[in-house]
Amino acid sequence: MKHILSVLVQNNSGVLARVSSLFGRRGFNIESLTVSATTNPAISRMSIIVTGDEPTLEQIIKQVSKLEETIWVRHLQEDDSYCRELVFVKLLTDSSDVREAIRQIADLYGARIVESTGNTIIVELTEVPSRIDAFLDVISNFEVLEMCRSGVTAIQK
Amino acid sequence: MVKNGSEILVDVLVEQGVDTIFGYPGGAVLNIYDALYKNSDRIRHILTAHEQGASHAADGYARATGKVGVCLATSGPGATNLVTGIATAYMDSIPMVAITGNVGTALIGRDSFQEVYIAGITMPITKHNFVVRRVEELADTIRAAFRIAASGRPGPVLVDIPKDVTAAMGEYHPQAKVSVTEGYVIPEEQLQTVAEMLAKAERPVIYYGGGVGLSDAGGDLLALMHKAGIPAVHTLMAIGAVPDDPLELGWVGMHGKVSNAWAVDKCDLLLSIGARFSDRVATDASRFATGAQIVHVDIDAAEINKNVGATYSIVSDARSFLQQFLPYVKPAKHDAWLEQIHQWRVKLDYVPKDDESVLRPHQLMQVIDELTDSETIIATDVGQHQMWAAQYSGRKHPRRFLTSGGLGTMGFGYGAAMGAQVAFPERTVVHITGDASFHMNLNEICTAVSYGLPVITVIMNNQVLGMVRQWQTMFYEKRYSQTDPYRKTDYVKLAEAFGARGYRASNLAEFREAFAAALQRTGPVLIDCLIDKDERVLPMIPAGGAVADMVAE
Repeated sequence: MKHILSVLVQNNSGVLARVSSLFGRRGFNIESLTVSATTNPAISRMSIIVTGDEPTLEQIIKQVSKLEETIWVRHLQEDDSYCRELVFVKLLTDSSDVREAIRQIADLYGARIVESTGNTIIVELTEVPSRIDAFLDVISNFEVLEMCRSGVTAIQK
Repeated sequence: MVKNGSEILVDVLVEQGVDTIFGYPGGAVLNIYDALYKNSDRIRHILTAHEQGASHAADGYARATGKVGVCLATSGPGATNLVTGIATAYMDSIPMVAITGNVGTALIGRDSFQEVYIAGITMPITKHNFVVRRVEELADTIRAAFRIAASGRPGPVLVDIPKDVTAAMGEYHPQAKVSVTEGYVIPEEQLQTVAEMLAKAERPVIYYGGGVGLSDAGGDLLALMHKAGIPAVHTLMAIGAVPDDPLELGWVGMHGKVSNAWAVDKCDLLLSIGARFSDRVATDASRFATGAQIVHVDIDAAEINKNVGATYSIVSDARSFLQQFLPYVKPAKHDAWLEQIHQWRVKLDYVPKDDESVLRPHQLMQVIDELTDSETIIATDVGQHQMWAAQYSGRKHPRRFLTSGGLGTMGFGYGAAMGAQVAFPERTVVHITGDASFHMNLNEICTAVSYGLPVITVIMNNQVLGMVRQWQTMFYEKRYSQTDPYRKTDYVKLAEAFGARGYRASNLAEFREAFAAALQRTGPVLIDCLIDKDERVLPMIPAGGAVADMVAE
């Protein structure tokens, strides 16, 4: 089970290491973790996707809350928050048929072709993680040269 | 006031009520030691043989006094030598501030001489840690360290100070000692709920841990036990936390009483106060108090549902909870239940056989109890001797039994005993150890000699690594892999070589005589006590087992 946590932390050096060390030490699984600035330079936001059952989630929230530099931890639900992830996929396109097929899939998912040169094409998609998973599933029928996901960023409604 | 960083550090330590620190000098802390030299009338510095000894001494000082223990080490190896002591304090929730020097800020990150990233190393074993990069931040960082160490669930905090910060000039403005958040206000409905659960219970048991000792809640707990007629069992960390009483049943866990294990197994309500269901008590968490509703009261919300699921929980320190809870409790008696536990006690509890012609561990502990008063502090190392000491220590007051419960640190005891002796020069401090544990940090005898600390070290010498060997006997068909080191250490000569005094005892009468002589001495004493290598700690619930798997012979 995946969960989205939004964590406000003090923007001190080492705070990312502290959070990730906690996950490592307690055997919690991180699917993705992004750290970004907030309007207050003294505070950073971490958006963390974790996997685990309810007791594990409870432990993760409590243990992260316990860190001195944690200001608060929120467990975001998909229906009460916006969450987005960005993905780039570079594909081999050795024929115009392939190029056209990729274009069609990209249109279907609302993805953008950001570059199309020679025999490669780069597609960009910003979506909720589950749509990105679905998109990657379809696109994997083509020859994917490189794929890169940003991890999630999320905000409560 | 403009001062250099080292003077600011010393001023803040004094301001925070520190009068004793344990440490070892080195290159990165030369400025700090210069300030200590100039301020030796305000802060007493105890120089240990090794930084690990300093960290355990600061820990023992904190355990015995309830104050924040302070240790100091230089960068690199000085700092890494503190690590075991910091982890020991962390696992047992002991308030400690560890100060390390580091190379100058311009040299950080260049693999400079004696440089180590101690903040990174200690991240998972401290409540929090700091690197002070500017002298302007120093005073408030030290204050924050003391506040964090002593607030809520106590624990160690490390402050790493680069050398240039200790020399840089900055403003110092004196402040009051940091106030530590104390006390929890518990919503009435929570207290009511627990009171109702308690009133319905027919076979209630209180299971309490180190939190009761840390918050000095022994008297409050006893009041609850009396009012509601509930028996209580305790963890290793709570030895002495509650005064002697017929309702106080003693130790529970891997080597606790058989009858207590059955009481927990058969109870219908388990009220846990300041304990964390560690794997040395809930040896199999899925088979622990399975028939009971569990009410878990702990200062740390993260302990709730961590090891064992709670039916109901309250986040509070033990004392706040007990004082607010008592008025809600209806007077009750559970005579049939107490009688049942009494029956188990008579029928099932392990009773070791006396034999005065040799030295049996339980008799040795009984002699110590007999010859010392209730103020006496016992510090242990880790292993069989620790368990025997726990079973038969006779401690009836909190902060008199210092032991590494969570981390299980062999080599903890001598440092801890020294820390306690420094804190309480007038009291008897007995260090109970084994020959294997003692070898880990026996270098600290020199410290006890230097400072005239009359710590009495009782070495339960079975010539082997007893606890590991016991497991090899019971679970590895006596394949004694690396547990018989064939050491020929002569502890009497060892003591003399260090400038201490040594005795040897091979039966109870000799031990009694040696211990009585030790009590008269003004410096450290070692008593080499020869015990049989096949002595086992009993009873025992094997790791991962439950009460039904208990071994008692």
